[in-house]
Amino acid sequence: MRLSLSKEQYAAFSGRMSPASPLARDLPLAFLIGGSITAVGQCFLELYSSLISDEKTAAALTSVTLIFLGILFSALNLYPRLAKYGGAGTLVPITGFSNSMASAAIEFKSEGLVTGLGAKMFVIAGPVIVYGVSASVLYGVIYYLIGRIGG
Amino acid sequence: MTGTKKHGSITYLPDSPVYITSRASLGGSEEKAGKLASLLDISSEDDYFGEDTWEKAETAIVRMLVDQLYKSAQTTPESTDLFLGGDLQKQCMATSLGLLPYGVPYLGLYGACSTFAEGLALASLAIDGGFASSAGVVATSHFCTAEREYRTPLVYGNQRQPTAQRTVTGGGAILLSKDAPKDRAAPHITAFAIGKMRDLGIKDASNMGAAMAPAAFETISTFLEDTRQTPEDFDLIVSGDLGNVGHRIVSRLAEAAGIDFGGRYDDCGRMVFDPSQDTHAGASGCGCSAMVLTASLLRRMEEGKIKRLLFAGTGALLSATSLLQGESIPGICHAVAIEI
Amino acid sequence: MLASLLRAFLVGGGICLVVQIFIDLTALTPARILTALVVLGVFLGALGLYQPLVDFAGAGASVPLPGFGNLLAQGVKEEIDASGAIGILTGGMKAASAGLTAAIFFSFIAGLLGKSRN
Repeated sequence: MRLSLSKEQYAAFSGRMSPASPLARDLPLAFLIGGSITAVGQCFLELYSSLISDEKTAAALTSVTLIFLGILFSALNLYPRLAKYGGAGTLVPITGFSNSMASAAIEFKSEGLVTGLGAKMFVIAGPVIVYGVSASVLYGVIYYLIGRIGG
Repeated sequence: MTGTKKHGSITYLPDSPVYITSRASLGGSEEKAGKLASLLDISSEDDYFGEDTWEKAETAIVRMLVDQLYKSAQTTPESTDLFLGGDLQKQCMATSLGLLPYGVPYLGLYGACSTFAEGLALASLAIDGGFASSAGVVATSHFCTAEREYRTPLVYGNQRQPTAQRTVTGGGAILLSKDAPKDRAAPHITAFAIGKMRDLGIKDASNMGAAMAPAAFETISTFLEDTRQTPEDFDLIVSGDLGNVGHRIVSRLAEAAGIDFGGRYDDCGRMVFDPSQDTHAGASGCGCSAMVLTASLLRRMEEGKIKRLLFAGTGALLSATSLLQGESIPGICHAVAIEI
Repeated sequence: MLASLLRAFLVGGGICLVVQIFIDLTALTPARILTALVVLGVFLGALGLYQPLVDFAGAGASVPLPGFGNLLAQGVKEEIDASGAIGILTGGMKAASAGLTAAIFFSFIAGLLGKSRN
């Protein structure tokens, strides 16, 4: 028996049949876990700021520390377990960025150290760098031109 | 054109039944912890199965299944005229590498999660057509190879959608013959339908139950029309692996079409994992329906608990590339009627 | 100290919460959302709107991905001010260099030592 449903009708019907993401569970968890990761970052920032007078170095060290921890927790297979609950809370902090690189490096090692680990490390993180850097170059061009015209 | 063995629009009735003479089932760690635990012929806590990559592990699964199949049939691969099989890896490699050492005449299949039903239908065609007197069918999947192929690295942290299904690590294999075993009653294929693809526009790869459900409904209902039967003629109708969402959709579509399943309809994707395993909408993968049929359904037939079974394997026809290029996901469903 | 921790927690958690709403209610994949967040960070950084949030919340604003975008934008701006046009090309990566290099090197080590597990 052939169904006489349009794609629009089926989209609406199948949508009603599909459970929605549990917002009431996801949102508080994303807030708590994401907030906790950034608060840990703040602890390191305060620590490094008290040791080093240069603000930028302290901030960079904070990023490096969190990146390291994200990768360590990935290698120990703990980050995905946290992410199951954290959602955006583990995705958005810089630890999620480093998890995406470490997880790809670990996964694709079986395709070789060069063609696998080396080439595919950026399979998820790549676009973040490409579009981030490209956007910053566009901004740089505009900022420079405005400076020339204005100056 | 309608051949003499073809009835209605998609259904074939072999002249004589095709017998299932041997079966083998295998599951990994998560499957072993689920509903089929005590029914699997082979299971392992180690999803690497002693290998060093997930892909090699799936090749090992194919070989363990085939070994078990011939051991239980007390025959050798030389007696098999044709071996059909498939998996979810690119270019169907687990099956090809897995069957390589056996020296069997081999056709590799790709029907996504419908592969096992596709193999049973094709093997029945070959045997009833007189081109083979015996045939083997195998289908496997591996959670870890499928994650890499279709989704993200395993240790990447992401949240699964509630509609997502978990790919089964494991599979099933069957030996078919034109001759009935002499010493016992064996389940046999009495009819099969080769389904038509159906695409109602679903693009969400984490809701494949919704993508496949229209094809499942159309194949099951058309098969019943073609053979002038109703659900009451079967003890159980199972779809391939639609999971909870697809099962719900097919049930509603049937209700709306006036087809009364009367509690006889279930889905392989709902028969593998326990809800406590947090696998969201259920199980999927080529290995899912193959494992459920070989571990549970055929066993129940042999025990006399099911006399007539309609096994409707469903597949979501997508690739990682087709999804990225914005294509929607056509569904397919092949039905196989098995009696004892 | 406690007040700054609380600010970092609230702002960082708040950003994640907003992103979670997008994940749950739209069909956008996480990779697209992350890319959008970085570009958004560059945009807000360029307009000078993100830096005040970093000054207020510290790691609460710099650790989430828009902070990475902001870092790129600030880096470009400062390098242009210091070295002229070449800063368009050097500024972003220079500002992000410690983090990127660390992420690449540590991931390389993790890839060498780690094993894919489910």
